[in-house]
Amino acid sequence: MSVNYGSKRIVVGAHYGLRDWLSQRITAALMVLFTLLLLGQVLLTRGPIGYETWAGIFAAQWMKVLTFVVIIALAYHVWVGMRDIWMDYIKPIWLRLSLQVFTIVWLVGCAGWAIQVLWRL
Amino acid sequence: MTELVTPSRAKRPEFRNINAIKDLPTYRLPPAGWVSILHRVSGALMFLLLPFIIWLFDVSVSSEYSFARFTALFGAGVGPVPGWFFKLVALALIWAYLHHIIAGIRHLWMDLTHAVTKEFGRSSAIVTLVLSLGLTAVLGAKLFGLY
Repeated sequence: MSVNYGSKRIVVGAHYGLRDWLSQRITAALMVLFTLLLLGQVLLTRGPIGYETWAGIFAAQWMKVLTFVVIIALAYHVWVGMRDIWMDYIKPIWLRLSLQVFTIVWLVGCAGWAIQVLWRL
Repeated sequence: MTELVTPSRAKRPEFRNINAIKDLPTYRLPPAGWVSILHRVSGALMFLLLPFIIWLFDVSVSSEYSFARFTALFGAGVGPVPGWFFKLVALALIWAYLHHIIAGIRHLWMDLTHAVTKEFGRSSAIVTLVLSLGLTAVLGAKLFGLY
């Protein structure tokens, strides 16, 4: 492999280290825990789940804070993952950079929307 | 490293670069390879459908009225889009989520326990595929009202 560190760093490359790898795993573990927690609350409900029960799950302040953290974690997790995909398959730098910018815009927009929905409750 | 090519064995094809059209149809992936590429596919699918997922979240929690619209999506549908289409997209998302989370837990397990043997890679990949497809089938049958 040719030298691609130091002054030869690829502008649209990863950060050549542990940080993204580790953050993707930590955010993943967080989302698994959140999934189990949400699933637990849904499964513990007796009878059909109506609006009151469903919205009530997210209306609790601790659940709001936790969901907020998970939305941020999700956005970061997806950023690392999508960038991996672009880095593996898209070779022209201008196209890869464009797709990376699109990914960030898409994710920040989605996260903002999700947080807005959450905090309206 | 003793498995050198001997005259009695057919020379295996060597891929330096894969052509999507020419090589992929005949490219046989091991189970771990399927889990790996499907991890990407499922992740990319959820990324693209993220606005749809948030929209579903929005209509399901915002009000009693919107909750009724949410449940109606999977029955009568909305506008020209029929309910079965929403069910189908939901099923694709269910599969993507299940595959991604199970393959992800497999990853975390391998990282934590340094489980890097070839045999574990194969058996855990098969478990991942069976679990994700099996659960998708069970939940899909429920979604489409088969039981």
